[in-house]
Amino acid sequence: MEALIAAYWKPVYKHVRLKWNKSRDDAQDLTQGFFALAIEKSFFDGYDPEKARFRTFVRLCLDRFVANEEESRRRLKRGGGIDPLPLDFEAAETELSHCSGSPEEAFDREWQRSLFTLAIEALRAQCAQDKRFLAFERYDLGDRETRPSYAELAAELDVPVTTITNHLAWARRELRRLVLEQLAAISADENDYRSEAQRLFGV
Amino acid sequence: MKFLDDDALDHLRKVIDEPELSGTKYELVKPLGRGGMGSVYAVQDRELDREVALKVTTDTEISARLQQEARVLAKLEHPGIVPVHDFGTLPDGRSYYCMKLVRGERLDRWAERNDLRAALRLFQRICEAVAVAFAHAHGVVHRDLKPENVMVGEFGEALVMDWGIATDIGAPEKAVLGTPLYMAPEQARGEASDARTDVHGLGAILYFLLAARPPYSTIEAPPDPLPRSAPPALASICLKALARDPRERYATAVELAEDVARWLDAEPVSAHRESLLERVGRFASRHRVVLSLLGAYLILRLVLALVP
Repeated sequence: MEALIAAYWKPVYKHVRLKWNKSRDDAQDLTQGFFALAIEKSFFDGYDPEKARFRTFVRLCLDRFVANEEESRRRLKRGGGIDPLPLDFEAAETELSHCSGSPEEAFDREWQRSLFTLAIEALRAQCAQDKRFLAFERYDLGDRETRPSYAELAAELDVPVTTITNHLAWARRELRRLVLEQLAAISADENDYRSEAQRLFGV
Repeated sequence: MKFLDDDALDHLRKVIDEPELSGTKYELVKPLGRGGMGSVYAVQDRELDREVALKVTTDTEISARLQQEARVLAKLEHPGIVPVHDFGTLPDGRSYYCMKLVRGERLDRWAERNDLRAALRLFQRICEAVAVAFAHAHGVVHRDLKPENVMVGEFGEALVMDWGIATDIGAPEKAVLGTPLYMAPEQARGEASDARTDVHGLGAILYFLLAARPPYSTIEAPPDPLPRSAPPALASICLKALARDPRERYATAVELAEDVARWLDAEPVSAHRESLLERVGRFASRHRVVLSLLGAYLILRLVLALVP
């Protein structure tokens, strides 16, 4: 459940803000309430892989939850006795301006972003001071306009160009492994994992 | 951490999916497509100086399945099945196999630009490739036949692709694999597959050629009705191939192809009991030249009789 919350809380918060047009406070309450209820009632256990992808199921559960909350006009924080999750809503709020497309498309996009962000964080924790990560950070995480050439990056890090090729290959391989690890942790089953992996990679 | 904007996210999604080819004889040309097990790329074989296709797994855990597919393909020798050149592991740990690069387009796109008779002639060749796999390669069943898995080559040849979930006849099922909108009912129930499972898949392809859509909206229901424009005898052939009970289908892909051949030759087909009107129509179609000459002769006789 921890991995699931880590990957889904931002997509959930932004979806509530964008699709349901909720204020910051309401969206925070609803996000906390949604996960509190999911833990309390174990409603993700009701997932049926024949009906939809797990990601779609989570979004439908969320929409049903918000609709129910609206109907009963209860904005009380759910899950009495459960401490609020430590979620950085301020960061999510500043990222909202980058969302585009329909609420469903935005939800899927945020889900991808969450998975990659978590994997990059894991990679950074693994080798932050390593030249391999520095090369990856400069080349793959930087802006396209300011992306250096391999030769420029080699000069910057004082290594041969072939080493840059090797560093990037290593970092991308590791990132791929970490993204798939995150995905496996939040997938409902093998088929869900395979079909999501198919959609996650390649543009 | 800095916010990962859409541009950076797309860049990462692309670069981490590319196969690592350093130290191999291959050089990446372009991605060709994605499937359940991984991606296919056009690559340049530097040693032989030719372009080939490389199928690479999504992750290292399904290497065994890719190897199984490569082995199945390696023992199928037929013009309708893509030959495999090599199998191995890339520096990034992912498995790959190298095969002939097929230049052409997918059947579903090709069918949009071609008439039904041309599509049916191609369909016969698809049946033949599937039949060969079963008869000559120790009972290999494809299990995922659909228009997206058939390529039409630049010379009009049909190539059956993606044998990733192919299995030997009667092999125990480990999981329900396949494409739900085309899947045979026994496959959806997780039961063992046989030649009739592929007959169902071929029926689903025939359905697509007649209706331009998959046969099922939901797997529990019978096929959606075919459009009224579908010739009745062909519709009967299609529905027999798609029968829910495997025993009511054609026993083999060859039998199915033979019935389609009969329809193309305006002969009666085994799956259809035709009405008198249909029989007359088929007779007229089959003897069009003779009937045209006879008609011209009768008109000439009539004209001559009326001329004083």
